[in-house]
Amino acid sequence: MTQRVAAAPLPQPAKRGRSVDLPQTGWVKARERLAWLLVAPSVLVVALVALYPLFQSVRLSFTNARFGSARPVQYVGVDNYVRLFNDNTFISALGHTVTFTVVSVAIETVLGIVIALIINSNFTGRGVVRTSMLIPWAIPTVVSSQLWRFMYNQDNGVINDVLVNRLGVLSSPVAWIANATTSLPAIIAVDVWKTTPFMALLLLAGLQIIPGDVYEASTIDGANKWQQFWQITLPLLKPALLVALIFRTLDAFRVFDVVFVLKGAALDTITLAIYARQTMIDEQWLGRGSAASVVIFLCIALLVIVYSRLVRVEET
Amino acid sequence: MATTTAARPVIAGTSMVSGTRQWTLGKILNRVLFWILVVVIIFYTVFPFVWAVISSIKPNAELFSTPVDYWPDQINLTFYRFVLDNGDFLRALRNSVIVSVSTVVISLALGSLAAYALGRLKFRGRTPVLYLILSMTMFPQIAILGSLYQMITTLGLFDRLPALIIAYLTFTLPFTVWVLTNFFKAMPGELEEAALVDGATPFQAFARILLPLAAPGLVTTGLLAFIAAWNEYLYALTFTQTRARTVQPAIASFTGNTQFELPWGNILAASVLVTLPLVILVLVFQRKILAGLTAGAVKG
Repeated sequence: MTQRVAAAPLPQPAKRGRSVDLPQTGWVKARERLAWLLVAPSVLVVALVALYPLFQSVRLSFTNARFGSARPVQYVGVDNYVRLFNDNTFISALGHTVTFTVVSVAIETVLGIVIALIINSNFTGRGVVRTSMLIPWAIPTVVSSQLWRFMYNQDNGVINDVLVNRLGVLSSPVAWIANATTSLPAIIAVDVWKTTPFMALLLLAGLQIIPGDVYEASTIDGANKWQQFWQITLPLLKPALLVALIFRTLDAFRVFDVVFVLKGAALDTITLAIYARQTMIDEQWLGRGSAASVVIFLCIALLVIVYSRLVRVEET
Repeated sequence: MATTTAARPVIAGTSMVSGTRQWTLGKILNRVLFWILVVVIIFYTVFPFVWAVISSIKPNAELFSTPVDYWPDQINLTFYRFVLDNGDFLRALRNSVIVSVSTVVISLALGSLAAYALGRLKFRGRTPVLYLILSMTMFPQIAILGSLYQMITTLGLFDRLPALIIAYLTFTLPFTVWVLTNFFKAMPGELEEAALVDGATPFQAFARILLPLAAPGLVTTGLLAFIAAWNEYLYALTFTQTRARTVQPAIASFTGNTQFELPWGNILAASVLVTLPLVILVLVFQRKILAGLTAGAVKG
């Protein structure tokens, strides 16, 4: 999904004495039965519509399955994976995905911190700023991609108009999306616009739990604002920053919408998700396409594991 | 106004040391810089949408003029009229409403039951179920695109609305369960204990006491799930073609008479129409949304 919640630590059952914890054994059994009765529908649906297809994707990735083919499906071992890594398009899709992820998340983090620091003070109109920052997040990615495509337009887009006619920075209008050297940066700019405000709001929430007296003490000790930022703000912001960072990374790595709306499956910007869909659905190579989607899945699983390790280290 | 000392220190802007209340040149500069930055932030975040609204009410000739006209001479609603007279777009709008509402209702109905059990009852298997739900909120949609497509075509659901409802449950249901579990867990424990002592069953305690109290949480979670379903593109693009098309793929594939002539007026009008309800919802529920989205992210 396009917007996700940052995960809280796994909720522990309510503490003893606070919970529904009456001692009778009949009660305990009844409660256990009820609990499973309540959980069962959700678990069943998740198992059927998500877990089973996931298992199927992994299985298909080792076969030569093809949509609309009468040929019997055969297991081909790791052939699909070998083929992927010998395919230049796949390699460049991997490259674009990594570039997109690293660059967009880096810019969003730095800009997000700056914006969060700016609005982390009591000033009239602060509510207006926070509200305005939710707007890019709420706009569907398809719509924001179209809005930016309109602004990027070579002949009468507002971006070229400002840069060429008003500021004179450029001598002639640029075809931002069509041009292979500017297309990926232009797409990253759209993603930065859409997700930086949200990142800033997450970080703002992190900033607000830092007690003010920490700063007072260090001011008395003669630390300047810059030192305070590096020695106090950043270390105390780290938990919130880490969560925001990893969730943005997970989202960025599966990027599909913004790139596909602006460029389709064009080779200068194709990403892993677009490659996988193209192979599975348009070219009907279900087996090979599944292998590509399993690669994406594994990369994301790896990121999740690294993330949970990092958080555990933070906690100790 | 004076140099209001901020409750919390910031890099630029207000100074936190409340000693001297004098306007020094440095302070004024700081203040000016601060407000410039605030204006830049607001401009940056809202401009693209505002620009879409302005452009969508321009007459067609002005829309494509060079240099760009920044303010329309007259209001022109032809693009909106065209879009709202367009059978395909109206059907897409109806489909989006049906799919998003159904997804939210099913997710909340199933999810609140599971979340109550996970948040408030002790039972064997609770932790594995929580891990399953949490991992399902993180896995990428593309990972099941092919097998889901296969499942949908086998069931004869291709280009039909139930296909999308099923597909959307893969992300809205785990999300709903996870957020509501945290919500139920945060409620005070004495609530249902009193009811249980009075002889109510745990289910009665859930239905009569906890569920009404969880209403705000249900609203927030439902709203976030609605936005996620309304904005979804990948599944909608892949599992529908014409009759079950929703607004996102419809807007992405608006075409003009030729490949090079995009009907920008219509695209922008349609974009504004499908986004405006979301923007209004966000403005009305902004506090709830912020709380819902940041819940847990910054637990100290």
